Amino acid sequence: MSSQLATTPLHAWHQEHGARLVEFAGYDMPVQYASIVAEHQATRTAAGVFDISHMGRLRFDGPRADQLLDHLLTRRVVDMQTGQVRYSLLCNEEGGILDDVLVSCLESPSGKNYFLLVVNASNRSKIVRWLQPHLADFPDVEYHDVTDATAMIAVQGPRAIELCKPLLPASVLSLGYYRAKVTEQMGKPCIVSRTGYTGEDGLELIVKSEDAPRVWENIMMAGRSFGVQAVGLGARDTLRLEAGMPLYGHELDETMDPYQAGLGFACNLKDRRFIGCDALEKKSKDTTLRKRVGLILEGRRAARQGADVLDSDGRILGQVTSGSFSPTVDKPIAMAYLDPSVAVIGTSVDIDIRGTKVAASIVSLPFYKKS
Amino acid sequence: MSIIPEELRYLESHEWVHVSNETPGIATVGISAFAVAELTDLVFMALPKVGQSVSAGHEFGEVESVKAVSPMYSPVSGTVVEIHSELVNNLESLSVDPYEGGWIMKVQMSDPSELARLLDWTTYKHQCDNA
Repeated sequence: MSSQLATTPLHAWHQEHGARLVEFAGYDMPVQYASIVAEHQATRTAAGVFDISHMGRLRFDGPRADQLLDHLLTRRVVDMQTGQVRYSLLCNEEGGILDDVLVSCLESPSGKNYFLLVVNASNRSKIVRWLQPHLADFPDVEYHDVTDATAMIAVQGPRAIELCKPLLPASVLSLGYYRAKVTEQMGKPCIVSRTGYTGEDGLELIVKSEDAPRVWENIMMAGRSFGVQAVGLGARDTLRLEAGMPLYGHELDETMDPYQAGLGFACNLKDRRFIGCDALEKKSKDTTLRKRVGLILEGRRAARQGADVLDSDGRILGQVTSGSFSPTVDKPIAMAYLDPSVAVIGTSVDIDIRGTKVAASIVSLPFYKKS
Repeated sequence: MSIIPEELRYLESHEWVHVSNETPGIATVGISAFAVAELTDLVFMALPKVGQSVSAGHEFGEVESVKAVSPMYSPVSGTVVEIHSELVNNLESLSVDPYEGGWIMKVQMSDPSELARLLDWTTYKHQCDNA
């Protein structure tokens, strides 16, 4: 392990529990504990617990925090109610995607509203830098990067809520999807958000760094009889891929716009101005750009990022952005950006996997939907 | 034929080779228990064809896990004379038995002296223990 790598407050637990650690976005993170497939299946059938403390957490306080964020985010913020969470994008002036984020409107214990932005670990420093001139335009907004002071734990799966019953107040467990609340876990502050990145029901918890190991242990203990498993980044990736969720650096980057990515729902163009809105207005009507699609492959071999997708004449239609063997579908699956003329469900294509052509067909996303 | 890990020769990249006294020109090749444990969640294996040439230290196939694709290197040079084709549909068996039942290919060696350049068990195990 390189000494430059950052660690989360749960790093010691991961080491003690045999995690294979890899560098991810500057952090030494668990990629798997024993088996990616076992962790994946535990999350689909029971519950998985994920250390996602590497994700960036940025807090905005002050009466004009909503206006600042409304200026930055593609999604409307000024009409958000206390307890609401929204998926949004941050775009540059050209409409290219800088990051995909969750924004939450929360009420502090003192009764004041504030906003929390959860950004990708890999984009945190870029976003923090990008924020600076905009923060200067809103000098009354108080901004704190609370990433290092806190930890973030996801509990995901059909039994996730049930297993958290002894740990959290009932009022929190009855929160609706994409709702969040500031509460307490055993007398310590805790933000609970009914969100996730697996396609399952579940929660994401934000606690103080020093409380994280105890909260994690409590969850593992409470989940023992449910078959809970600690889940690494390997299964986090296969779970989100099955759920058809994009990952920054794969499906999303600054050359991609939200409409190509199928994320037009996260752009509110009407009656508001925000960074990139003019470019996005044009892009929303552009039908010539490559579109994000899902692919199911024949055989057992997975297509990885960068593999060419071809038509029957060998013409390149686009590239794979993510691919893996899918434990739930029991076939290799992939997401790709393809020419709009062929980006139609049911179309057959070939994928060039290191020189071998493998047949695939375009399917609707997600690959997996919880019952 | 009985294949005992302590009696095999290895590449640093975790392929093992076994030569039995009965068929001294034929090398049986597989991947070690350490490699299988490291890879985890195997889903696919690409193998050469019978009659194909392989050369020492060069890629002869690949093994794919849920996470990644890894090349497999041949410990010896020669011609492939037999492929363990059933293994491809039964990759999980490798985690139980990567040696006896987990052999991948048999090679008619063109230069058996290459065997002397491979790692013995003690050296290979030392490498794994310090990985």
